[in-house]
Amino acid sequence: MITFMNNSDSEEEPCNERTSLMSAESPPVPSYQDGLQASGGGEAQAHRKRRTGSSRSPNNIADGEMSDSGVPVRGSALENEEEELTLKYGAKHVIMLFVPVTLCMIVVVATIKSVRFYTEKNGQLIYTPFSEDTPSVGQRLLNSVLNTIIMISVIVVMTVFLVVLYKYRCYKFIHGWLILSSLMLLFLFTYIYLGEVLKTYNVAMDYPTLFLVIWNFGAVGMICIHWKGPLQLQQAYLIMISALMALVFIKYLPEWSAWVILGAISIYDLMAVLCPKGPLRMLVETAQERNEPIFPALIYSSAMMWTVGMAKPDTAARGPSQQTWDAAEDGRDNHGSSSHADSQMSETRSPVPTHPVTSLEELEEEERGVKLGLGDFIFYSVLVGKAAATASGDWNTTLACFVAILIGLCLTLLLLAVFKKALPALPISITFGLVFYFSTDNLVRPFMDTLASHQLYI
Amino acid sequence: PALGLFLFTIARDPLRIIILIAGAFFWLVSLLLSSLIWFIAVKASDPQDEPLQKGLLIFGVMFSVLLQEAFRFLYYKLLRKAIEGLVALSEDGCSPISIQQMAYVAGVGFGLMSGAFSMINLLADSLGPGTVGIHGDSQLYFLTSAFMTMVLIFLHTFWGIVFFHGCEHQRWWEIAAVVIMHLAVSGSTFCNPLYVGSLVPSYLMMATAAVWAYMLSGGSAQNLRRFLLCKS
Repeated sequence: MITFMNNSDSEEEPCNERTSLMSAESPPVPSYQDGLQASGGGEAQAHRKRRTGSSRSPNNIADGEMSDSGVPVRGSALENEEEELTLKYGAKHVIMLFVPVTLCMIVVVATIKSVRFYTEKNGQLIYTPFSEDTPSVGQRLLNSVLNTIIMISVIVVMTVFLVVLYKYRCYKFIHGWLILSSLMLLFLFTYIYLGEVLKTYNVAMDYPTLFLVIWNFGAVGMICIHWKGPLQLQQAYLIMISALMALVFIKYLPEWSAWVILGAISIYDLMAVLCPKGPLRMLVETAQERNEPIFPALIYSSAMMWTVGMAKPDTAARGPSQQTWDAAEDGRDNHGSSSHADSQMSETRSPVPTHPVTSLEELEEEERGVKLGLGDFIFYSVLVGKAAATASGDWNTTLACFVAILIGLCLTLLLLAVFKKALPALPISITFGLVFYFSTDNLVRPFMDTLASHQLYI
Repeated sequence: PALGLFLFTIARDPLRIIILIAGAFFWLVSLLLSSLIWFIAVKASDPQDEPLQKGLLIFGVMFSVLLQEAFRFLYYKLLRKAIEGLVALSEDGCSPISIQQMAYVAGVGFGLMSGAFSMINLLADSLGPGTVGIHGDSQLYFLTSAFMTMVLIFLHTFWGIVFFHGCEHQRWWEIAAVVIMHLAVSGSTFCNPLYVGSLVPSYLMMATAAVWAYMLSGGSAQNLRRFLLCKS
């Protein structure tokens, strides 16, 4: 079997590292409690942070006022209010996550259905060296399990490597690595994708135009993701690169391996986030201890934060910077696919309008969103894309997987609201998705086909 | 039309979207279980026997209908609990969404999912080359499928409202009526391709259910007239 090694070994590496980074990181994200301990600071800070941490809801002005007036007293009362607000506004945040996940899946499914390239088998990644073209079922199963073990170990190694780098403060290295991989993703994969799409629709495009388009796309993407940019544009870029990555996975992972990998990744996710010695958890805790900003480009965040004028100057001075830290570490936490309600990573790119302060209270208007790691996006899309590509029941199966994943996401967010800790976002959704995929494909499809052929309705 | 319903009434409020998706999920699970039963039955029986297969199919359909209604009931229970939770957590002591709205949304969820499952493969095939009804089947296949699906989606919506209302007020006859109507509609589709036998009764029942649901939701002929004549 031709492997991809010949042409693009180096291409695939950063790509996969990145993906593994993202998927590895997906689970976790630091819990608020860690954040809480780490932040220390004054009461106001602690309150604000706790508020930031614990409630997923957009902060009302009323909330801000209340919290600011009786700061030391507020302890438990505040938490109760926060909890109420959490669940009450939780729906809004769930939707804020539904939309991008849906968009990503739609892009992937649309591409899979229309562009032939992504369903042809042209080789495999070096990470999955065992081929699946074997004559016997047992052999195929064995090969896929071996492939999975290799892939998972690659991911684990990458994650541990990242944690080690982080612990020893080799930030430049990590940044360089991220920039390199996102560069490659933005330029190379976009080029391939665009080429295939144009081929499918038989549209001709000359090289200079192509170069211009890709250059613009890539440059704006780099700026948006790694630096400042409008939130929606950044979200759009993150969705696009997740979709591209998912498409690469769909193309290059052999079938049974893909399913086994999906299952194994969610188990790994679960363990890495929840076990005390899990690498992701260590990463998060270290990050929180140091109160440092998180790497951009690995998390999807759904909202911005504005800080509106502060009454007390010292608090004001500390306010924004503390919030930067909050956001930063929140951001970092969210490396992985865990959904984590925190203050925003888009701190760096959020507008900070300071209005003249007329009232004595601190008015803080924050619109907190929920963060989800990019690895989550990718694996959800891989599941749905694989369902679209390989299921013989076509759209029914795809639709069933889509609904299953959304429900899994809902449940995960609900658990997040209940537990208030960083949680892995992969396991529940992927489990539902897999169950529904296999059952719909094998059980529902014959039923529906028979019904449809007789035009019966249930 | 169902999509229009969705856009205008549900897409605004995130809570409704969640309830919608959860409703669709419940329908999906019921479908899964019923097809499991059918599959087992088919595998256990003789594949060559035509009437038996048809009989099994009918049995499968009826069973599926019953399961759907059972899941609707389960979903109702879940929503009740959720409402209690929401009321407890809300600031002003009343829930942000009423049980009737939930009934409506749940009905739409069920309907959308069932409609999607019925139609979507058809739609995908209709894009491709081919002639409808070339083997002697009806040429109106696509058209009637579309109408049937639409009527079914609406019916699910209305049944949702009536069903929840029945559960709320402990009127078991309402629930039984919904179940019987559902069975009747599915049964009428057995008359296909004699379309007059299935479409007409379905539409009649839809009209009945619509009026019933409207009455239950507090509407009346006066409201309707005022609405239509745009009086304030």
